[in-house]
Amino acid sequence: MVQWPNVAGYTHVMRFAITPGVLALDALVREVEGDAQRRGEGCGGLCTFLGVVRATHKGRRVRYLEYEAFEPLAMNVFRQIEAEIAREWPGTVLAIHHRVGRLEIGEASVAIVAGAAHRAGGFQACRYAIERVKQVAPVWKHEFFDDGDAWVEGAVADPHDELARQEARKRACA
Amino acid sequence: MRVTVRVFAQLRDVAGLGVWEADVTPGALVRDVWRDATARHPGIAPFENAISCAVNASFARMTQPIADGDDIAFLPPVSGG
Repeated sequence: MVQWPNVAGYTHVMRFAITPGVLALDALVREVEGDAQRRGEGCGGLCTFLGVVRATHKGRRVRYLEYEAFEPLAMNVFRQIEAEIAREWPGTVLAIHHRVGRLEIGEASVAIVAGAAHRAGGFQACRYAIERVKQVAPVWKHEFFDDGDAWVEGAVADPHDELARQEARKRACA
Repeated sequence: MRVTVRVFAQLRDVAGLGVWEADVTPGALVRDVWRDATARHPGIAPFENAISCAVNASFARMTQPIADGDDIAFLPPVSGG
């Protein structure tokens, strides 16, 4: 977990991170809620999403996954997603932690927290964030099966693709 | 001028390494670095229509001019989440 103590002894976590460590959703929730309070209004609703390693993929049994990321670009992408959310759902506080390295079945690969004044915005912003992570974040999943392995190929990342952004927004607001 | 070139995931597996240095002529574009990369590692050439690129950890186009010391990354389709 990426964190640091401040002078008052309260331990902050960074809201955006690529980390090989086990994801800790409760710490992210505390950080988002605390951040919302420090900004003034606080959260009335706070939505969380955990992406989890599934045991099968298209009928094949998965042994484990390995994730890799281009960390400095991923951090920029997370900040861009935050800026997009700030335009669509003003006042929302966002956190995204994506794990890298070897993950076993059932472990969390990504944790997203969206804190908003009201629940509707929280749900929508959280869904939007995971859709955008899948479209744009420079992260790659390598699946290992009993009988081989494969890189998963998703979207061609283009943060300026407005059609993709609108699709993410549509899913978030469905 | 000299730049750092990075490739990830399938591209790295196909190339056999993830980072190298490349000498390019002044005025070169990202596209020229890609051409140099495919000359070194022909196996990555088929990815050309499905890659993104970044310069100094910001997304870029193939037409972006580059400077000495830049860090150029070529990214296969992403699959995070």
